[in-house]
Parts: sequence; structure tokens; C-alpha cells
Amino acid sequence: MIDFQPSDEQRLIVETVRQFATSEIRPRARECSEARKLPDDVIARAHELGLVAGALPSANGGGGERSAITSALIAEELAWGDLAIALAILSPSLVALPVADFGTPEQQRAWLPRYTADRFVPGSLALVEPSFRFDVFHPATAARPDGDAWILDGEKCFVPWLAGDDSVLVIAAEKRVPQAFLVPRDAEGLEATPERNLGLDALPTVELRLRGVKVPASARLGGARGADVASLVNRGRVALAAAAVGVARAAFELALAYAKQRQAFGAPIATKQAIAFKLAEMAIEIDGARLLAWEAADRLDRGLPALREAALAQQQAQRVALEVADGAVQVFGGHGYIRDYLPEMHLRNARGFACFEALSLV
Amino acid sequence: MALEQMRPISRRYDVLEHEPPREWIDFFWRHGRTGAAGSEFDGDSDGMVQICVQAEQLCWGDAALYLRMPTPALGGSAVAAAGTPEQKARFLAGFRGDGPPVWGAMAITEPGAGSDAAAIQTTARLDGDHWVLNGTKIFCTSGESASQVEGGFVVVWATLDKSAGRGGIKSFVVPARTPGMKLVGLEKKLGIRASDTATLVFEECRIPKENLLGRAEVKKQDPKKAGDKGFKGAMATFDASRPIVAAMAVGVGSASLEFLIEELARQGVAIRYDAPRCDRSAIERDVTEMEAELQSARLLTWRAAWMMNKGRPNSLEASMAKAKAGLSVTRITQKAVELLGPPGYSQKLLVEKWMRDAKINDIYEGTQQINQLIVARRILDYSSSMLR
Repeated sequence: MIDFQPSDEQRLIVETVRQFATSEIRPRARECSEARKLPDDVIARAHELGLVAGALPSANGGGGERSAITSALIAEELAWGDLAIALAILSPSLVALPVADFGTPEQQRAWLPRYTADRFVPGSLALVEPSFRFDVFHPATAARPDGDAWILDGEKCFVPWLAGDDSVLVIAAEKRVPQAFLVPRDAEGLEATPERNLGLDALPTVELRLRGVKVPASARLGGARGADVASLVNRGRVALAAAAVGVARAAFELALAYAKQRQAFGAPIATKQAIAFKLAEMAIEIDGARLLAWEAADRLDRGLPALREAALAQQQAQRVALEVADGAVQVFGGHGYIRDYLPEMHLRNARGFACFEALSLV
Repeated sequence: MALEQMRPISRRYDVLEHEPPREWIDFFWRHGRTGAAGSEFDGDSDGMVQICVQAEQLCWGDAALYLRMPTPALGGSAVAAAGTPEQKARFLAGFRGDGPPVWGAMAITEPGAGSDAAAIQTTARLDGDHWVLNGTKIFCTSGESASQVEGGFVVVWATLDKSAGRGGIKSFVVPARTPGMKLVGLEKKLGIRASDTATLVFEECRIPKENLLGRAEVKKQDPKKAGDKGFKGAMATFDASRPIVAAMAVGVGSASLEFLIEELARQGVAIRYDAPRCDRSAIERDVTEMEAELQSARLLTWRAAWMMNKGRPNSLEASMAKAKAGLSVTRITQKAVELLGPPGYSQKLLVEKWMRDAKINDIYEGTQQINQLIVARRILDYSSSMLR
């Protein structure tokens, strides 16, 4: 009835990704954040692991192993290494998975091979809008028909904009129903402005302005049938919840190690209950949030409605990530505030989970 | 069972407090022990997840009536954890038979020793073929029934040697109505009022030598390494009991939260999971937070239980579940009273009762703080002397 045991294959994947995050991602996290630049060599090597390609249909050259739980496990491990680099590595999922889920056969043939090829091709999804009133299920960005074509108007933000791709998947509402459109980056009326945010320093993102951007009917994901954007939102929430757990775990482990090493009043500060209990609470909350993310992922894998579970998992994980990251800064004391150490970066990244949607998909 | 047998009498036995809920006891003894629930209440670790699911559902009905059920309860867990096959057969027999209802209980806490179990003052000394117990035990759940009704038993923690600290502490099975075991009082409590919480005094109370759980040797250096099932066995009881208590907490929390959501819906306040942040009311935000907290506690509980089923060490996970469930359900039930407004505070509804019932889960079977301490020691890899 209930099982908390990852399969042997999942354990192998977790082990591989954890190893990669430890040896390749984590050592580059600070330097990339300061330089506001992604480590292209790391991303190229991560691509060789086939983390996104593995989930794509085998008919299109993928591994055919689609599992939201496996993707959540991967997202946690990568985000434990570094959130910005993790989101870059997983960015192909932003286009590849929606195309795999909803694309017409022609769209799948045209769009999927690039994600299973030898060279890394990033993905770009424009969903969030720069507004206090942003409603993910009813975006203000509009798509209206114009003969055989579609005209898109609106504004987007937090759009990953990695070099090496020439398109972006834009979510826009036809009347009230959101749909997805594949738009060339050089389309007329499309204007991209680089962003600087509180966190995610190394990940290039843009604010997109769409003014009368015209795309052909073939650009509409799923053709006449369209796409179930709500399911993409749920999948994005599970991915973000898992990534938030990864960030929280990273911050927690730093705090734990530091507390055992840092001496005060003649003993490690971890021997004080004020610190030890904070660490215990972090550990409990992280495990609880992870289980919520897994539960939501499991529902996705079983084709059950997951709106509620995905929303709760994201809500809990973002709260836990923020509290744990803040706690880690606190445990480090003054050092936590200094950019020589990682906790301040985790705190800035963690806050983002309250604002992000679909920066990665499961 | 929870809906049809427990809920209708929930308020009545809360008010009557020390009155045994006869119809519930008889109903459980006749129908509750059989079928799917069958063997699970004998403290065996098989089907631990199922035990937790049942505990949650029954405590959704009424946590106090759940505690009042004629079962071996924690006494059974202690026998299951540290007893020999012969002891298990002997002490648990009455719970399987056709005789009248019987109860088990565990007596650890003393006036001067709660969380610090090693400070126990109750003594046990060997006199010929018998152990002789002397001391006072308080807060013994089901202690009245277990000590007074023939066929039941109380597992009593006592020390063979006060100078040995926890190494000297053993657990002993005292059959009901053993001369020298006296029921001297019942507590009046904040909640779980239908459950009897007894004070038991032991005066030259003699029990057969074979009623010791584990071995009699006292290891002064390191009881953990001694391979003794005494103190270690007694502590292992908690690995089984904490997930159950966590599940009980989740049951009370879900009773409260479900009622709140239904009542809000009746008043036209729906909880939306797809509304943008700026449109969500404070109540919606509170309720979804309560839901996430409750489900988080539930999943941690099932994980700890599942590990026990798999035969894996689960002390860390059991304490995590207990700490999380105890605290979050305490908060959830308090919040439910607040959100329901004046009716929430009124005894016309059960919401105020659930708030009172919930609080005990953050105290017994290891307080919030004790479980945090256990988690902290484990994640830091510190001994009890390094993190005190």
C-alpha cells in the first residue's frame, strides 16, 4: 500500500547525480554566482548523463523512462549542488517534456531530436509574469487568432535564456484558457531584457515583452487539440518543491558541519541546545517536505489529479527552504552574512521559490 | 467504527471523565478485535503501517476512547520488544481469548522522573523466587483498568541499583490485582478525559522472578553495548510507540481540520488551490498551511512505521514523526478553534475538545523537546553526554 523505497535504478541515478553534484557542481557554485555566468563545461558533462533525455519517448531517441519521482530525485540532488546550475542543466525539460506530453507527431519529430543529441541544447519557458496579480492558471499574456496564425501580446519574466537555443515556449491565454506557443527568439515584436534578481545569479534569465508577435498555427503546441497547461504548472511545482528540498538540505548540511566545528565557550556550538534543536527541526522539516514532493510526484506518475498535492508540496517546500537557509545563515553567525561562505546564497535562492513557477519540469 | 461508535459518545465521556465508557469497551471487545484489526493490537511490529492508519482513524473518532480500548497498549509493546516468546504467550493470552475485556499499561513516570527515565526511584530487589517492587508511578495511561481488571498487567520500570543509572533500570510485568500494587488516584486532565490516567503505588509488591523483561545483570559502564534487552528493550518500545502516538495526533488533527474545511464550505468559504496569491484570503492561506503540515506529519509517521515493518532501525524517524506530529497537530487544533470563531470555543462543537485532546501528543511518549534532543544527537552523531 505504501512504499518509501526508491527502486534500484532510482538509487543508482541518485548516487550518480549526487556524485556529480559533489565533484562538479558544488565546487563551482560560488565562482559562478560571483561571475554571473554558467559553467558551460559542467553543463556539457551533465548532459552526458542524459538526465532529461532519459525521460523522453524512446520513439524520439529518448530513454523512455518517464517518472516524476525520478525527476524529483534528480532535481533535489542537482539543486543540492547549486540551484542556478541545476536549473540550467534541467532547462531542456522546459520545452522537451511539454512537447513530449502534448506535441503533435510533427512537432515531436521537429523538436525532440535536439534534446537527445550529443550537444546540450537548453530550453526556455515563458510562464511567470512580472505582476503582483500574476495568476499562473490565467496568464494575462494573450493569444488571439489572426487567420491561420496567432498574435501574442504580454509580458513575462524569470524566462531562462541560455545561449545555444533559438526558441522559447510562451504560455498565453486564448480568452481564459492558457496554451503554449513555440516562438523563435528573433521573432518580430519579441524583446528580451536581461534580469538581475535576488538570487540565481549564474542563471541567465530575461524579461520578455511580446508586442504583436505573430506565429503560424503550427507553433501552437498540440495543434488544434492544444496543451494542458495546468498539468505543466503541477509538474513545475513538483520540480520546484524537489529543488527547494535540495537547497534546504544543502544549507542544513553546511550548518550542521559548521556547528560541529565552530567553538564557543570552550565547546562546539552544536553542543548547545539552542543550536542543536534548530538543526533537529531543520532535519525534520526537510524530510517532511521531501515526502510531500514525492507524494505529489507519485500522483502525477499514476495519472491522478495533483493540483492540491503539488500546491501543498510547493508551498511547504518553499517555506522550509527559506527557514532552513535563514537558519543556516544564523548558525554561521557573522560568517553566514559573508559571501566567502555559501549560506547567504542559499538564502537568496530559497526566497525565489515563493515567486518561481515551472523553472524545471518533472 | 470511529464515525458510528465513537463520535456519538465523544462529548458524553469527556464530560463524565472517570466513568468507563461501557458500551464502547464492550463493542470494541466484541467487534473491534476481530477482522482486519485482529492481531494488530497485541503490540507485534507486523503491519505497523496498518496499526498507524487504524490509530489515526480511531483517533479521528475520539483519541480518549481509543486509549480506553481494552488492548495490551504500551505494556504490550514493551512485552513485544523485550519479552521472550514464553512471556509474550503468557502475558498476551488474555487479549486473544473469549474472556471479559482486559487492559495492559506501562508505568514509567514518577513524581520526580519524567523525561529523565534514568532518575527512576522505584526499586526492585530479588527475594527468593520473587522480585519485590517499591515506589510510586504516576501518569499511567489505562493504569486503573490494567491494575484492577483480572487478566491485565502493568509493565513497571524500576531500578535494581540506583548507582548504576540507566544500566540498572529494568522493566517488570505486574499482573493485575497483585497484592502490593495499589491504585491511589486518577488524574483530572486538560483533555483525553475518557482515558484513565492512574497513580499506582507499589508497596512490597511481589511478582514471580520470570516476570522480568530482559536480563537481570546490571551493566554499569555502557548498557548499550551490553546486549541487554532491559533498558535497551524498554527504550525500543518507543520506536514502536512513537509512530503510533504520531498517528494518533494526526487523527485528532485531521478530525479538526476536516471539520473546519467542511464548516467553511458550508459558510461559502472554499479553499482554492489554484487561486493567485493576491486573491487568497488569510483563511485559505491558514488552511492550506495546516493541510501541508498535517500531511507532512502523516507521511513522516508512515515512513517511521514502514521502516519498522521492514525491520530497519527507526529510532531517528520515529522521533522525527513524533516531534512533527505532536507540535503541528497542537497548532492545527488551536488554529481551528480560532478560525471557527465563537462556535469554535463553544462546547456545542467538538473542536475545543480536539484542541484539548491534541496537546497530550506533544507531551507523552517523549515530549517535543526530548524527541528533538534525540533527533539532534542522531544527526550530529553526539552521545547523550556530549549533548545533554
